[in-house]
Amino acid sequence: MSDKLKLGNKEFSSRFILGSGKYNLNLIKAAVEQGGAEIITLALRRANTKESENILDFIPKGVTLLPNTSGARNAEEAVRIARLSRELGCGDFVKIEIMRDAKYLFPDNEETVKATAVLAKEGFVVLPYMNPDLNVARDLVSAGAAAVMPLAAPIGSNKGLATKDMIQILIEEIDLPIIVDAGIGKPSQACEAMEMGAAAIMANTAIATAGNVPDMASAFKLAIEAGRKAYLTGMGRVLARGGSASDPLTGFLR
Amino acid sequence: MSDDRIYFIDSDTLPPEALAKKHRLENDPSSRADIMTYLPGMEVIDSDIKDKVPAEMNAYDPAAYTSADVERALTREHCNVEDFKALLSPAAAPFLERMAARAEKETENRFGNTVYLFTPIYIANYCQNYCVYCGFNCYNNIRRKKLTPEEIDHEMKVISDAGMEEILILTGESRKYSDVDYIGESVKIAEKYFKNIGIEVYPLNVDEYKYLHECGVDYVTVFQETYDLTRFEQLHLLGHKRVWPYRFDSQERALMAGMRGAAFSALLGLSDFRKDAFATGLHAHLIGRKYPHAELSLSCPRLRPIVNNDKINPNDVGERELCQILCAYRLFLPYAGITVSSRESARFRNGIAKICATKISAGVSTGIGDHEEKYEGKQGENAGDEQFEINDGRSTEKMYKDLEEGGLQPVMNDYLYV
Repeated sequence: MSDKLKLGNKEFSSRFILGSGKYNLNLIKAAVEQGGAEIITLALRRANTKESENILDFIPKGVTLLPNTSGARNAEEAVRIARLSRELGCGDFVKIEIMRDAKYLFPDNEETVKATAVLAKEGFVVLPYMNPDLNVARDLVSAGAAAVMPLAAPIGSNKGLATKDMIQILIEEIDLPIIVDAGIGKPSQACEAMEMGAAAIMANTAIATAGNVPDMASAFKLAIEAGRKAYLTGMGRVLARGGSASDPLTGFLR
Repeated sequence: MSDDRIYFIDSDTLPPEALAKKHRLENDPSSRADIMTYLPGMEVIDSDIKDKVPAEMNAYDPAAYTSADVERALTREHCNVEDFKALLSPAAAPFLERMAARAEKETENRFGNTVYLFTPIYIANYCQNYCVYCGFNCYNNIRRKKLTPEEIDHEMKVISDAGMEEILILTGESRKYSDVDYIGESVKIAEKYFKNIGIEVYPLNVDEYKYLHECGVDYVTVFQETYDLTRFEQLHLLGHKRVWPYRFDSQERALMAGMRGAAFSALLGLSDFRKDAFATGLHAHLIGRKYPHAELSLSCPRLRPIVNNDKINPNDVGERELCQILCAYRLFLPYAGITVSSRESARFRNGIAKICATKISAGVSTGIGDHEEKYEGKQGENAGDEQFEINDGRSTEKMYKDLEEGGLQPVMNDYLYV
């Protein structure tokens, strides 16, 4: 049985997406070779350089680029960055990141919905990064998003599924892939999100700051696959509290 | 503080009246203008941050903190204002290694292993202020120069050819010689060569910052020098800069004008450095609360010798103290950029970049119009004198290589102007 992640008109076997926070050649290499990543996020503002470290040169062939709009403070700036990215030949995929907060880097949901609507109409495959809120997720669906990317915890914090219950609701109520983005700090947390039914995991800091980057990339790959398999298989029941009563409450009925 | 007389240098080229005025300013406080009174044309904005910061600073007693306070600060996930005070106190000195380890972790989480490179360009050194510790001060006998647009273009090309993509444009503080239009024109020239432009010029009104933002500036740096009003009054004896509150509100006016970021600093060594560092961090923190989108950064200059006065020194701010301050900044403001200039040695900058600095300068000259001379050894004939003596003279290329060899990732640009 093929189990593909569909985004726009593309299909992916891997459900691990490399985020853009900390970039270097070794990290990208590890993410692709040991982590099996087929999608790599690219901060367009970092590609905007004439120097030798241009990230575009680091991206291996066959990998899908996911340019993001980091640095944008409102919908208008995000739209301009996305258009520039398309002009530069970075393709039609775009991850919307709009931040009005320099401290926690929280996404601005309202502006994100606006930018999604504009870019989806222009034929972009729009993947919006958002603070998990069911109403906003529905608005993103209406606006033409290709997936919804809720944050698990503040970006770069490695704090795991701090917004677990909210993400679970999005998974249950939204018909688009839910890609958990930001805050995933350990493979076990990635696995847990996948067991919950997340479609994919985006991570960066957890791998970039690991003691051994290639091994951690590999650990994430295994964790994401394990979680996915468990989700597809159907989890065994977990009783909420203690065991079940041996004498049924309804035993008196005739 | 030590005797301020070490700062007072008389030049024999000054006319007698000027010399007499200089001495009056130095010796008779009543001959000096009130530092709290705005001069005509200075915009007043509605903000209480300039009241809060000195009040909190004056209430801060570094000696009152104990090792228990420092322990508490180091175990807390997010340091609060009280923790920040403890980390800056003498009680934290024995904890320096632990502070550095925490700071390194915070920096890595937030910035990875990246270090941004930039270079300053001084386009004019005319100045109408008498700040006693500064090489540009109006009574100091130095070669004055203001670059023409052609010279600016040439200098910027030399810098750009060396690989630099971010530039910080500086002037002395003189509206007369370096007016806003002149600065704006130089910014437009910089647009041709650089991806990222900041300014460090005299404080401006909101509409002037707006104009420069339209020209291409996104970052504004203004150093408050000292947050201690008494010391400020004793060291800035003449000129617009004497107006303390107008200077204090500069970052806020810049952000109101749409600038993307602002930088803060005290000049360490002028007053009680712990209190000044505390005030600097608190200033940035309160601006961040009010303007959450702003990208804030902190600098940490220590006093350096200047032309005609090699006795100026950072007083009691040694490298260990500086490191403590920067680690405290990182733990209190994990998201803020930290810039370390060429005032510090190559050894210090290599080390601090691994702990908490996120931006360092390279290929630096603080003189006027001498980049080609410094970069390519060509003889410069009519360059203007420098603001202070630099310590780390590494070229852009050398700095790039040294950072890479230290396991860091030099970044020339991380910005898209849209």
